[in-house]
Amino acid sequence: MSSHPVTVERDAAAPGAEPAFLRLEDVGKSFGAQRVLESISLSIDRGEFLTLLGESGSGKTTLLRIIAGFEQPTSGQIFLERQRLDNLPPHRRPVHTVFQSYALFPHMNVFDNVAYGLRVRGASKAETKSRVSTALAKVRMEAFAAHYPRQISGGQKQRVALARALVNRPKVLLLDEPLSALDANLRVEMQSELKELQRELGITFLFVTHDQSEALAISDRVVLLHRGRIEQCGSPREIYARPRSVYVATFLGKSNLLQGTVRRGMADCGIFTVPVRCSDGPTLFSLRPEAIGPASPDTADGLVQFRAQVVAEQFHGANTLFSLRCANDVELTARVAGPLHSGGIMNFAFRAEDCVPLESTEKD
Amino acid sequence: MRSSRRSAMLVTLPPLAWIALFLFAPYCLLFCYSFWSLSEFQQILHHFTLANYAHLFTNPLYLTVILRSLRIAFSVVLLSLLIGYPLAFFLAFHAGHHRVLLYQAVIIPLWISYLVRAYAWKVIFGNEGVLNTLLLWSHAASHPLSFLLYSPFAVIVTLTHIYVPFVVLPVVASLEKIPRELLESSSDLGARPWQTFLRVILPLSLPGVVSGATFALLLSFGDFLAPLLLGGPSSVMIANIVANLFGADYNWPLGAAVAVVILVIVIAILSVTQRIERRERLA
Repeated sequence: MSSHPVTVERDAAAPGAEPAFLRLEDVGKSFGAQRVLESISLSIDRGEFLTLLGESGSGKTTLLRIIAGFEQPTSGQIFLERQRLDNLPPHRRPVHTVFQSYALFPHMNVFDNVAYGLRVRGASKAETKSRVSTALAKVRMEAFAAHYPRQISGGQKQRVALARALVNRPKVLLLDEPLSALDANLRVEMQSELKELQRELGITFLFVTHDQSEALAISDRVVLLHRGRIEQCGSPREIYARPRSVYVATFLGKSNLLQGTVRRGMADCGIFTVPVRCSDGPTLFSLRPEAIGPASPDTADGLVQFRAQVVAEQFHGANTLFSLRCANDVELTARVAGPLHSGGIMNFAFRAEDCVPLESTEKD
Repeated sequence: MRSSRRSAMLVTLPPLAWIALFLFAPYCLLFCYSFWSLSEFQQILHHFTLANYAHLFTNPLYLTVILRSLRIAFSVVLLSLLIGYPLAFFLAFHAGHHRVLLYQAVIIPLWISYLVRAYAWKVIFGNEGVLNTLLLWSHAASHPLSFLLYSPFAVIVTLTHIYVPFVVLPVVASLEKIPRELLESSSDLGARPWQTFLRVILPLSLPGVVSGATFALLLSFGDFLAPLLLGGPSSVMIANIVANLFGADYNWPLGAAVAVVILVIVIAILSVTQRIERRERLA
């Protein structure tokens, strides 16, 4: 396919001239009577690093497989730069996948694996050789060109799988939990490598993971899927700081959930009252543990204060999780860097905007 | 430690004894016989001689029959692969919920006596057989086709019919072992279905092809019944010669020499196919 204008070496990220690079319109999928994806609509920019985050069964992998072409959507359409994608077979889509199991061909060495996509498209010997060498160098695997997949480690297989997909200069790279088989340290290392590679190549990455900290660490934007629906979509900071629902607040990190009643812009949560911007009525609020800190004597305005007793602590190294017992036996968790006097009763404070009202449309 | 060694002995001794008694000893005996000779009065002379081998390699009859047997065996392998591979491919990838039924259909003929199945072809190919009757009735032929029966053709068809399952089963097993992500990955990287077949499926199923082909090759090469029942003078195979030398001529030394040559050929074929299989598995 000569229609790939993107080169691996050059930055392809153009300033957003077109409306949307990759567009999903009402994509739905059922397996028999089971509805796996409700109608998903999503626009992805050129050069964006987008993560589909969700538990197993949330539909994230199905969505990825639909974009790759391994599954047919039951409804909806997919466009890539105005080209209809969903009626093309996988081998005609300018989209490549890095599989969770890497799916390297066991009967081919590293070089032949990476050369596969070029050879089936009839690239010349010279071109194949130079592009494969460049791709292997990019993932620092050029010394292993003659090795077979069974002779290299998991992290190395990961790199080869990446090179094998990138050598074809895909417009979109789909990554299906590519790091889940690696051990913790290697995983963090590969995360930053992936991010760096993506920035350098400017290729749109669509990354699937069930690991929320991974999603927050590497994405430009996170789409949180739950039961085949988009629960929330936004930048990692946005989605973490302003969760929209109970599900988001609890799935992404820890959160204190507080029941309160709103009347004329003030929420009464029992322990304290907070100024909020939401309509009147009973509402659930999310307050992140790290938003709470011990109140200093010269506490500024805009901080909400409450009194609590420190009843338990859990040391995590960089910080400590404290259980606080407040009035009416309400328990809150606070994440504080320094030590606190255990059993002591003291004042705590948080910024009013950190108390986030949640949508009550939870169907659980 | 002692008792575990004793129990290990108890487990390994019976099969070892069995192998020694029923495999190793007969082979040794066969080997010895091939260097003995026959007196004028049909008695075995226990003197070392190479006369049997000299006779075997100078009389063109034996080499002709050995070459013919190999030719028939390779034809059977080729036909079995042509029929068996597509069948195995269908079974492994496209049979869906008919899979179990089809699989049974491939296996069930193995439970029917070889003799019955060979006779069935006699009924089909005979001058007044099913096929000729049909051809005459439909006026496709004016007189019965006589080349059908008692010919290498009949032998090859019968052996192919019998050994196709031996090819299908290992090929299905090796096809089913191919992870489906490899096929998805191939098409994801831009390969058309036929490219995926040639570059991924076929190479990864080669171990199954080799072991199935080896089965069919060796079993057909040493076959005795099909040429006896369905073959004519032009399709005598090497096993028939051995049977005749032992059973009709009572020339055991010469028969043993022919058997040793067959054994050497079989071992040579096996060592080649095993080498191919090992290379495929490592790659």
